[in-house]
Amino acid sequence: MIAILRRDLRLAIRAGGGFGLALVFFLIVVVLVPFAVGPDTDRLSVIAPGVLWLGALLACLLSLDRLFATDAEDGSLELMATAPVPLEGVVLAKAIAHWMTTGLPLALVAPALGILLALPVQAVPVLTLGLLIGTPALSMIGSFGAALTVGLKRGGLLLSLLVLPLYVPTLIFGALAAASAAEGQAWQTPLLLLAGITLGSLALLPFAGAGALRVNLR
Amino acid sequence: MELKVESLACVRSGMPVLSDVSFSVAAGEALILRGPNGSGKTTLLRTLAGLQPATEGSVKAPEDSMIYAAHADGIKGTLSVAENLQFWAALYGYRDIGPAFTAFGLKTLVNRPAQKLSAGQKRRLGLARLLVSRRPIWLLDEPTVSLDTDGVARFAEAVRNHVGAGGLAVIATHIDVGLDARVLDISQFRAKPPVLEPLA
Repeated sequence: MIAILRRDLRLAIRAGGGFGLALVFFLIVVVLVPFAVGPDTDRLSVIAPGVLWLGALLACLLSLDRLFATDAEDGSLELMATAPVPLEGVVLAKAIAHWMTTGLPLALVAPALGILLALPVQAVPVLTLGLLIGTPALSMIGSFGAALTVGLKRGGLLLSLLVLPLYVPTLIFGALAAASAAEGQAWQTPLLLLAGITLGSLALLPFAGAGALRVNLR
Repeated sequence: MELKVESLACVRSGMPVLSDVSFSVAAGEALILRGPNGSGKTTLLRTLAGLQPATEGSVKAPEDSMIYAAHADGIKGTLSVAENLQFWAALYGYRDIGPAFTAFGLKTLVNRPAQKLSAGQKRRLGLARLLVSRRPIWLLDEPTVSLDTDGVARFAEAVRNHVGAGGLAVIATHIDVGLDARVLDISQFRAKPPVLEPLA
């Protein structure tokens, strides 16, 4: 599993890997929002949590269709399936690698972008914490969707349709936590619910993803 | 150690391909599968490797003893030759990849990105994976495709060494690789096509 994680991280950083794509997409979306809605800081600070979470979610989605597709094309997936590592472990390792190259950097740059959107200062730590807690769920749910669509030639569209509804709870609670903190209200409950979603998807979705891969490999 | 196949039936995307396949391969033996294109060699190997379930019959082999080499070699172009092989070795729990490089004549290519390799060199790298896995049962699907005569000779040598050390191999191939091995023609196991009822 560690070997798969290390290989995927290395592949992501090398030329042609997905690293940077999600980050740049996130930067572009957030930087363009003030131009689109105008520079009024009152208005910006209201929509900032939602915009940041939406940007992070779409950025995560961007690199998902390559998660298993490249391995399926060059035959690695079949060979990994016959290797002495459970397919559940393969799914988990690849989802963690996906999170480390998308979710984690997004959460780390979010404070800087929050300031750009006039996000109140007391909400910045909550936003970062929420992204750190919530984005693993995005990668996990996404890996399940990618496993379902791995056999399809252009699976990206179907993958988005499958995965986006499942992303809604994460989006709601993540944005709610940051928005509550911005308004000076209690933000602990939505964060705890977010943590619950992440833990649940970490516990269950590797099995679902491995099951989907097994069917697709037949 | 023995690979024993008993009245196995395989399907490929819902269509029965092979039925009542029975053979056994003992340790120290290689078996060559022959048959025309589409006769089910790949399907049989995939079923043996556990990638698709058998509809009938059984495959008996010690647990965690098989390694499967498909048409595709599972090589990542942006990783170097050594990094590719190190990954597979680590997945099987080993680190030493030197002997595998020597066996397939890859010594001079160790640091080259795998995307710069020729088709034959990629195939050599794919076959080197068999050695680093240290698995006793090799299931090989057309292993000599795009290899030159030197490559085929090295491959035959590797199989001979493997079999000599008590391993066993099942190889689907069309060409004569120069191995002293039993040949099994699988076209005799072809499944009868399902009888289609004429539409009323």
